[in-house]
Amino acid sequence: MPPLLELVDVHKAFGRTEVLRGISFSVEPGEVVAVLGPSGSGKSTLLLCVNHLERIDRGRILFDGRLVGYREQGGRLKAEGDAAVARMRREIGMVFQRFNLFPHLTALGNVMEAPVHVLKQSKAEARARATAMLSRVGLGDKLDAYPSQLSGGQQQRVAIARSLAMGPRLMLFDEVTSALDPELVGEVLEVMRGLAEMGMTMLVVTHEMAFAREAASRVIFMDEGAVVEDAPPAAFFASPRSDRARQFLSRYGR
Amino acid sequence: MLGGVEGLFLGVIDWGVVRDNLFSELVLRGVWMTVRLSVLAMLFGIALGTVFALMRLSRLAPVRWASLLYIWLFRGTPLLVQIVFWFFALPQLWPEWAPWDGKLSTFQAAIVALSINEGAYMTEIMRAGIQSVDPGQALAARSLGMTYPLAMRRIILPQAMRVVIPPTGNEFIAMLKSSSLVNAISVAELFFVAKQQYSSSLKYLEWLLIISAWYLVLTTIASLFQAWLEARYRGPAGAASESVFSRARRPAWMGGR
Repeated sequence: MPPLLELVDVHKAFGRTEVLRGISFSVEPGEVVAVLGPSGSGKSTLLLCVNHLERIDRGRILFDGRLVGYREQGGRLKAEGDAAVARMRREIGMVFQRFNLFPHLTALGNVMEAPVHVLKQSKAEARARATAMLSRVGLGDKLDAYPSQLSGGQQQRVAIARSLAMGPRLMLFDEVTSALDPELVGEVLEVMRGLAEMGMTMLVVTHEMAFAREAASRVIFMDEGAVVEDAPPAAFFASPRSDRARQFLSRYGR
Repeated sequence: MLGGVEGLFLGVIDWGVVRDNLFSELVLRGVWMTVRLSVLAMLFGIALGTVFALMRLSRLAPVRWASLLYIWLFRGTPLLVQIVFWFFALPQLWPEWAPWDGKLSTFQAAIVALSINEGAYMTEIMRAGIQSVDPGQALAARSLGMTYPLAMRRIILPQAMRVVIPPTGNEFIAMLKSSSLVNAISVAELFFVAKQQYSSSLKYLEWLLIISAWYLVLTTIASLFQAWLEARYRGPAGAASESVFSRARRPAWMGGR
């Protein structure tokens, strides 16, 4: 089976600051890849590039064998149009550090919004699926709550349900527990563990070492815009090969 | 009955003229014309303002410049000049558009002039509204597979409304009054009616009283409508939701429960 996601020599700079300097790796279907690294190592930018919310400067990203954000024409890369990129994003879910729930919609409204208006599901169908999805993340009793009436952990679970409602084949998680009070982190990780067990392919940028160690099938360690290590979690945590990874682990605990 | 200064002052007014004309068909037609002009021009102005605000925020420099040029031109010249331009000067540029051939009536010219002028002001109001929405909202919308127009329509613009409505209400109230400028091209709105009447009867005071009363009625209704709209967009769940937006606007880790 071909990799679900493949990055080849991906470069990205903001002005003169190089954020990604030649990233290459691939993710097989069903893999849960934890992306670790100090802040400013380019992890979040990497995720934004994967579904073309940031455009890359060089290299290529392939999702299910198709170029992300570009198409090949006569041996050259041409930028894809808005509609084509949007269609690709339906299959890639993304969850953000700061939730980014739609504050003018209820939990149910948040989850139904894209299935109704992007996938053109009927309202009744979307409502049924959204209800099921919210129940699955433990919020069956909060359907009509607005984001401001929910705790951070609940909001983040709504955000996960909102992404899942699109039926994505790949989920991107961008430090989804970093904005949460410590006692709320567990409930979100619980949902993510469940997803991993069900075979969802996940690319997880995180500072939760326990999650990386227990739920990930692979760890990618990034520093200064480059992949420094790419190893199974057991190997990475027991015997990191690079000095930078060792330093990182001693700072963040094992 | 009335003594002293008030008596002298009020005695000057021919109350019969006021009474006979306050609800006369002529005046009511003028009121209706003022309302029609203001509402139509405002709707077109909002549409134009939305389009030019999106252009103003475009990634493409020439598109941004086109928007800036529009604002510069139509916000920087007097509305009266623009009204006279669309009716009298445009046919000079394109004779086949001459209104007297029935191509652009005085009413149409008035709508064009008021709409385009209003659009320039609404552009800045809509831009401020769109920019007030957390950029994370656009990211989330796009990540769910929404196209740019869909994300704007369903996610960004509804949230921009909160910031857009109060100044837009102001604009509409200003429009009710500045629509009187189209009397310059003989559109029979409220002020034009009064002008025609006091020119022949010399009952200036009476006619100004009549139309001022009507302008006050219209602006009062507009203010009430604005208050109702603001309450509606303040939030979905009444008083508790006052905080729906304000709390969501600060980072969740600072304020969100």
